[in-house]
Amino acid sequence: MRIDRRVPIVLLSLALSILIVMVVSIGYGEYPIPPLTVIQTVLGLPTDNLDYVFVIHTLRLPRVITACMVGMGLAVAGTVMQGLFRNPLAAPDIIGIDAGASLAAVSIIVLFPSLPISLLPLAAFAGAFLAALLIYSLSWNNGSSPIRLILVGVGIGMITSALTTLMITFGNIYDVSQALVWLAGSVYGRSWEHITALVPWLVIFLPLSLLLARDLNTLNLGDDLARGLGNPVEWQRGLLLITCVALAGSSVATAGTIGFVGLMAPHVARQLVGTTHEGLIPTSALVGGLIVSLADLLGRSLFAPIELPCGIVTAAVGAPYFLYLLYRNRNQ
Amino acid sequence: MDAEQLGVTELDERSVLTTRRLTLAYDQSLIIEDLNLAIPAGKITVLVGPNGCGKSTLLRGLARLLKPKHGVVYLDRDSIASLSTREVAKQLGILPQSPIAPEGLTVRELVAQGRYPHQGWIQQWSQDDERFTQEALAVTGMTELADRSLDSLSGGQRQRAWIAMTLAQNTEILLLDEPTTFLDLAHQIEVLDLLCELNQTMGRTIVMVLHDLNQACRYADYLVALHQGQIFTNGTPKDVMTEAMVRSVFGLESRVIPDPVAGTPMCVPISRRIRERRC
Repeated sequence: MRIDRRVPIVLLSLALSILIVMVVSIGYGEYPIPPLTVIQTVLGLPTDNLDYVFVIHTLRLPRVITACMVGMGLAVAGTVMQGLFRNPLAAPDIIGIDAGASLAAVSIIVLFPSLPISLLPLAAFAGAFLAALLIYSLSWNNGSSPIRLILVGVGIGMITSALTTLMITFGNIYDVSQALVWLAGSVYGRSWEHITALVPWLVIFLPLSLLLARDLNTLNLGDDLARGLGNPVEWQRGLLLITCVALAGSSVATAGTIGFVGLMAPHVARQLVGTTHEGLIPTSALVGGLIVSLADLLGRSLFAPIELPCGIVTAAVGAPYFLYLLYRNRNQ
Repeated sequence: MDAEQLGVTELDERSVLTTRRLTLAYDQSLIIEDLNLAIPAGKITVLVGPNGCGKSTLLRGLARLLKPKHGVVYLDRDSIASLSTREVAKQLGILPQSPIAPEGLTVRELVAQGRYPHQGWIQQWSQDDERFTQEALAVTGMTELADRSLDSLSGGQRQRAWIAMTLAQNTEILLLDEPTTFLDLAHQIEVLDLLCELNQTMGRTIVMVLHDLNQACRYADYLVALHQGQIFTNGTPKDVMTEAMVRSVFGLESRVIPDPVAGTPMCVPISRRIRERRC
């Protein structure tokens, strides 16, 4: 299928916006750095102050890159899931898939504190996958009705959150404090190590989601039509579900549950480029990257020197948006 | 079209879609039982029957959307179960009853999706894809509305857009489940005329479920009356549409007279109100 005319210009503007937010975000802080110097330092050009190099490369750059990558992962996971379930409210953060990933990751942190960080995405993936399977099988009844899916998903999400709380209550205090920082949904203190753990997941599953865009389009018309058009529905659905869970799980493993990104980004992207997934997926990815980058910058600057986790910022915007979507879909 | 020409043996040779002792079921409840049917090539076949008689189920079975419990569906000479979903989709298009498009989808985007079975991961959009999409839009008169979103169209236009999508699929066979539901009379005729034209000019084999018996008689070359999951009678509308059939299949007293416009049989129901001369 051909891509909507608006896509290139929208992608370009979004990419530019992300870069601007990143530069501002890197420059902002207790130790301010002028934008031009930020750009010079990131590009490796010599500057007169060696402290900049440390502050940027070790502290701030990995953080903003993590924010952007996590946003992309969450957004595409949400886009795929909304298309897959033909449900504008089905986002991994709403229906308990992120919660499943959290539970698995917190279990690892609290129960096996000696395991390396790079295992976290794997554990989160497994947790997200189990949650997804559970939700899918419980809400499936000759097709998945939107409301049923949401209700089952919210229920599963609550149960897993309760288990996570249990884990935190009984865990070793040092490990728990580790887990708590992470659970709030924040990119605080993320290092290159976190980025290396996340990159392979994005490198595999973002392009895969693009390759599956056409199949997602047909699934979006309903199972009978998709099959009638030649889509082997069960296979494609499985592959898309794995893609979605992998992206959501690895993002959650990196930055905790940054809520509502997977819900909002696809909607914003749809307003920008329409519903065809070839254009929607990359647009949504960049919107997600922008949302989380911006949320992190706002979280750091709104009540400085107190720092809000970006998950709280996205929730403050996302929760009313979710209510608005519920209201708009009330008759379906 | 004479009754002799549609005789069963001859049909079998020229049929593009044939069922042999087909039994379809949802879970344990049998919907279609031991059904033998041959869909004639290049003709319009219409399935009629009361609610719950299994018309839609049969259509889904013919399109391989439902796996038979017993029996076989043949597409030309191949058992349809042995073909891949994609191979089936290259030969047979199906439009389910009242399909729903995602919000904001434009007509062009929808119609382009009909090209799905002809594309691969590597080859994304070919000249053929473009040509068939344009043609499908033109034939259905949707070219001017191509960039409108489906939600903004009238029921009849929307249904034409869906038909355009199945046309872009470029299949020999089109299956349609109640393509006129929820349309007003003018739009019903508009859609049926379009299908008739596709059959006449492009030689497409069309199988559809219709509720309106008189429309069924007007547009069908071959009429199949279903009753309780089995074929009650089949043949030309003249043979099938009798007062006895309407009584047995629908449980309704009626007079069947020639349609004053088309000359095809027309069923005029006798309601209790008239019979008892009340009101």
